[in-house]
Amino acid sequence: MPKMSLTHFEASILFALLTSIVLGIVTKKTDKERLRYGLYCFGCFVFAMFALSWLMYLGHG
Amino acid sequence: MATKPIVPAAKPSGELEVPVSKWLPPVLVGWLIPGGGHFLLRKHARGGLLAFAVVVMFLCGIMMRGATFQAPFFEMINGQQRLDLLTKVINVGGFIGNVASGILYLMTAWFSYDQPDVAGHVHDYGTKFLVAAGLLNILALVDVFEIATRKKD
Repeated sequence: MPKMSLTHFEASILFALLTSIVLGIVTKKTDKERLRYGLYCFGCFVFAMFALSWLMYLGHG
Repeated sequence: MATKPIVPAAKPSGELEVPVSKWLPPVLVGWLIPGGGHFLLRKHARGGLLAFAVVVMFLCGIMMRGATFQAPFFEMINGQQRLDLLTKVINVGGFIGNVASGILYLMTAWFSYDQPDVAGHVHDYGTKFLVAAGLLNILALVDVFEIATRKKD
């Protein structure tokens, strides 16, 4: 099995993408709602990622 | 004096009893093969996407050399130091997350995948990816159950 080495950003984006797919599928009833909710979740993940990253960067001094 | 016969109250129409034989097989198949329960219920597109998400998440975890939670974690470290409650809870939760991946986790055990828990963010992400794959599969199982019991289309 090949070894994979991702940065924090790449791993977080991958996690956000795959989790958003599942959340979109299992929570909504129509395909349009699923797509919209999946994109919304992905956006929230990315927003939280950037917000927390800046918070840690600024908090670190 | 005439008495009225006692009639049992009717069940609410929304709570129809669905026999276990209707929902247990898809749930078991969905646990063993991620997305398999949806395929069994003829929801091919959703099953395919769920299988893709869970399998890719798990494979990425393996390729990042994430650690799996195994039985010796529960009581002792190296047979000496007793574990505190929080560590036990984390280990048991991680083990449940791993097992929820079904055949993917079983194959790692059969092929003797045994990555020690080492320092480094890539290994750490790998461990989390392996657990998250199982948790996503649990969400998929809940979806399968709801479809099988006709609570959802």
